[in-house]
Amino acid sequence: MKRLTALLSALIATLSTRAFAEYGLNMTEGVTSVSRDIYDLHMVIFWVCVAIAVVVFGAMFYSIFAHRKSIGHKAANFHENTKAEFLWTGVPILILIAMAIPASKVLIDLEDTSKAEMTVKITGHQWKWQYDYPEEGISFISNLAQTSKDAINDNNKPENYLLEVDKPLVLPVDTSIRFLVTSSDVIHDWWVPDLGVKQDGNPGFINDAWAQIDEIGVYRGQCAELCGKDHGFMPIVVDVRSKEDYKTWVAEQQSAKAAAVASATKTWSEDELMAQGENVYNTSCAACHKKDGSGMVPVFPAMKGSKVANGAASDHINIVLHGKGGMPAFKMLGDADLASVMTYERKAFGNTGSVIQPSDVKSAR
Amino acid sequence: MTTATATSHDDHHHGPEKGIMRWVKTTNHKDIGTLYLWFAFAMLLVGGAMAMGIRMELLQPGMQVMDPHFFNQLTTMHGLIMVFGAIMPAMVGLGNWLIPMMVGAPDMALPRMNNWSFWILPFAGGILMSTFFMDGGAPAFGWTFYAPLSTTFAPDSTDFFIFAVHLLGFSSIMGAINIIATVINMRAPEMKLMDMPLFVWTWLITSFLLIGAMPVLAGAVTMMLTDRNFGTAFFDATGGGDPVMFQHIFWFFGHPEVYIMILPAFGIISHIIPTFSRKPLFGYSSMVYATASIAFLSYIVWAHHMFLTGMPVAGELYFMYATMMIAVPTGVKVFNWVSTMWKGSMTFETPMLWALSFVILFTIGGFSGLMLGIAPADIQYHDTYFVVAHFHYVLVTGALWAIIAATLYWLPKWTGKMYNESLAKVHFWWAVISVNVLFFPQHFLGLAGMPRRIPDYSLQFADFNLISSLGGFAFGASFILLAYIVVDCIRNGKPVDARPWDGAKGLEWTLSAKADYHTFNTPPSRELIENESQHS
Ligand code: HEC
Ligand code: HEM
Ligand SMILES: [Cu+2]
Ligand SMILES: [Cu+2]
Repeated sequence: MKRLTALLSALIATLSTRAFAEYGLNMTEGVTSVSRDIYDLHMVIFWVCVAIAVVVFGAMFYSIFAHRKSIGHKAANFHENTKAEFLWTGVPILILIAMAIPASKVLIDLEDTSKAEMTVKITGHQWKWQYDYPEEGISFISNLAQTSKDAINDNNKPENYLLEVDKPLVLPVDTSIRFLVTSSDVIHDWWVPDLGVKQDGNPGFINDAWAQIDEIGVYRGQCAELCGKDHGFMPIVVDVRSKEDYKTWVAEQQSAKAAAVASATKTWSEDELMAQGENVYNTSCAACHKKDGSGMVPVFPAMKGSKVANGAASDHINIVLHGKGGMPAFKMLGDADLASVMTYERKAFGNTGSVIQPSDVKSAR
Repeated sequence: MTTATATSHDDHHHGPEKGIMRWVKTTNHKDIGTLYLWFAFAMLLVGGAMAMGIRMELLQPGMQVMDPHFFNQLTTMHGLIMVFGAIMPAMVGLGNWLIPMMVGAPDMALPRMNNWSFWILPFAGGILMSTFFMDGGAPAFGWTFYAPLSTTFAPDSTDFFIFAVHLLGFSSIMGAINIIATVINMRAPEMKLMDMPLFVWTWLITSFLLIGAMPVLAGAVTMMLTDRNFGTAFFDATGGGDPVMFQHIFWFFGHPEVYIMILPAFGIISHIIPTFSRKPLFGYSSMVYATASIAFLSYIVWAHHMFLTGMPVAGELYFMYATMMIAVPTGVKVFNWVSTMWKGSMTFETPMLWALSFVILFTIGGFSGLMLGIAPADIQYHDTYFVVAHFHYVLVTGALWAIIAATLYWLPKWTGKMYNESLAKVHFWWAVISVNVLFFPQHFLGLAGMPRRIPDYSLQFADFNLISSLGGFAFGASFILLAYIVVDCIRNGKPVDARPWDGAKGLEWTLSAKADYHTFNTPPSRELIENESQHS
């Protein structure tokens, strides 16, 4: 039995030296005080388990070797020992109390979000993340990067396959940040291991968590609550910058937003709408309605020949803005994006609907 | 007394009917036990085939064999079928076969209801499976079916799923009532409660868990049904409901449920280890008390599955402490098993090999459970492959291991024949190695950050997934050999004595080599009970 276990571990070790080197076998220590506290707790409880295992399995294997019938061992007949039973009820209780004290401290600390210097609101949507900076007035959507999408059926996978997004969450280093996590449809869970933050986003409720990130860098995570078809395809990328770089980024975002608002008031040409619409469609709609507009009937209707896409503009705007059944609401997208994606749906795939302008969307809100 | 009823049954009108109607109309606990066990085995193969599909997709990064929606259907149905179709019916089957013989009763207390509890199952299973062929596919929201993914966002087939869960619940509750009635009312008059073998004790306590937990599950799915179809908003925040409440209700059922699956396994192991150690079970009464306290605690720890749902800190602290407490009685059991071996005279027939590996591997699952119970650490473990590894160690190398051990251990009593010991040893080593290749690397995957329930993953998880999948295929194939071993025993096994294991104790071993169709028409005497008790 021993030989077999040795063989087995050797096999596992050789097969996976590459993985050992690349990622390691253990939990990340991460870059926040919370993640390090969690790591420490994890290691303590792990070694406690190892110690208990050595004692218990040691006794068992000793018995298996020394108390065998084949070497002529005769069975004793005891079946009770109050002292021993007292001991192995009492000692585990003491160990557990010793574990519970540090665990409680960490738990109380990580639930205390009152020290926060800034707030980011995170909203899960099927299957993307929305980030809002309420104080800075910034808001955007973060989707799985196109490079990863294209590589799903391709043997040539890019670096960070499935862990890359089109627009990462940008945060300042050394700042205590409160995350408000919620959802617009089903339950999602925002998890970045290096931050030690994993929090369910429940529709209709807001949860909070916090982190103060000590190191500049890029940290990756994934949705950790089954949220439907593309649950495995809604990664999280956090780009942590120096405080100055973060300020510059905020200023850029704010002026970009002002430009977008201005452009929404002008009248767009059909070509402009179609070009931008195709992009928006592929990132925001193709997961359900498919790139070629064929949908996944009966769950997700086809856009090709759709009564809505070929019908009255007001109905179309209404369903995309406010959602319906399994169709999410898209009111978080800008007027220009919405107008262009709807125009694209009405003109592509052989459809014959009318053009929709950003001003139409604006007045329908 | 056993010989008096032994020979006459064939020409007696109480003998089994011939042909298929024997099985349809049977009220005999042994027949029904057999039906349950074969049904469970068939479901194990169905659920196992789904697992093979899952591991095939996860063999390497990228989507190769299915689309993500079908992947979610497979994981969901795999979980549901394994829990409700394989493990639970197998335990009920063992209970049917063994409990009347162990308490010296002629049959179950409510034989017709027993027939019904079984025959509901194939229909419930059939309804569940039929959802694969419906528009929108089978349920794809995980075996935990959290709202609103299982309500507003679920396929139409969900209503069939709800109906199937109701049927499964009826079946389980009727089975539990039957076992309680049998143990309380049909037990040999000379047998005191503290004379009962541990398998009977653990099943009795499990029955109370079933009666407490299954109606809660029925409540949960009924609320889902009305939310989906009749405009209520139990779990919908826009109507004043709360999706987190669904999780409270589900886990108030769900945590007792995991003990429903493991307590009878504890009982089985408490029979096998004394037999092959040739020594009485250590700490009989502390085993009974430990089982009862685990059962009690299992009702008050449910929200340890919900540490990330935004519970208040006080709640999290409470559920962390309560969860840690479960480790104490569980530890007592493991220590008692090891002490039973201590200074015994051990031999290693295949049932014992399964039992010994149960002790080690189940304990590994217990350790990861303890780790998961540390609420802050659960932030990193929750919903990762670490949890997947945890519950497969306790369910596969725990509950399923005990079922296989029990099958081999009592097969001679059921058939009067012995299985092929060397083939069974080959099968054991094959299974025990491959199951660890399958599940052990999943601990690493989880710690390294791989979420559960994803059909595709990034490149750093590729190596361990490859190993895990290969182990999975090997483990899956081992069940073909198990089926062969059992069928070969039934057909060609060598006849055995009434007590094929020299260290075995228990009333069932006092019956003829192949237990008669009707046993204990007259109850066993006090003397016999004392001689065969586990603590003498
Ligand atoms: C999560 C999946 C999902 C995504 C993403 C999605 N839709 Fe839908 N969509 C649906 C579903 C489901 C329906 C059917 C709703 C109903 O009728 O109950 C639908 C219906 C529609 C309809 C009406 C079609 C008809 O013929 O009835 C339009 C128009 C539409 N979606 C546009 C969009 C646009 C534009 C986007 C991207 C900005 C988008 N959808 C993204 C799921 C989705
Ligand atoms: C020492 C005893 C145990 C402890 C302390 C324990 C603890 C836990 C915890 C805290 C979780 C939640 C993990 C998470 O989702 O983050 C969990 C999950 C689970 N446990 Fe255990 N456990 C124990 C024994 C068992 C046993 C005996 C079984 C079944 C036989 C079992 C079956 C499961 C299952 C099925 C899940 C996964 C549920 C899901 O799908 O989320 N556990 N356990
Ligand atoms: Cu998700
Ligand atoms: Cu639990």
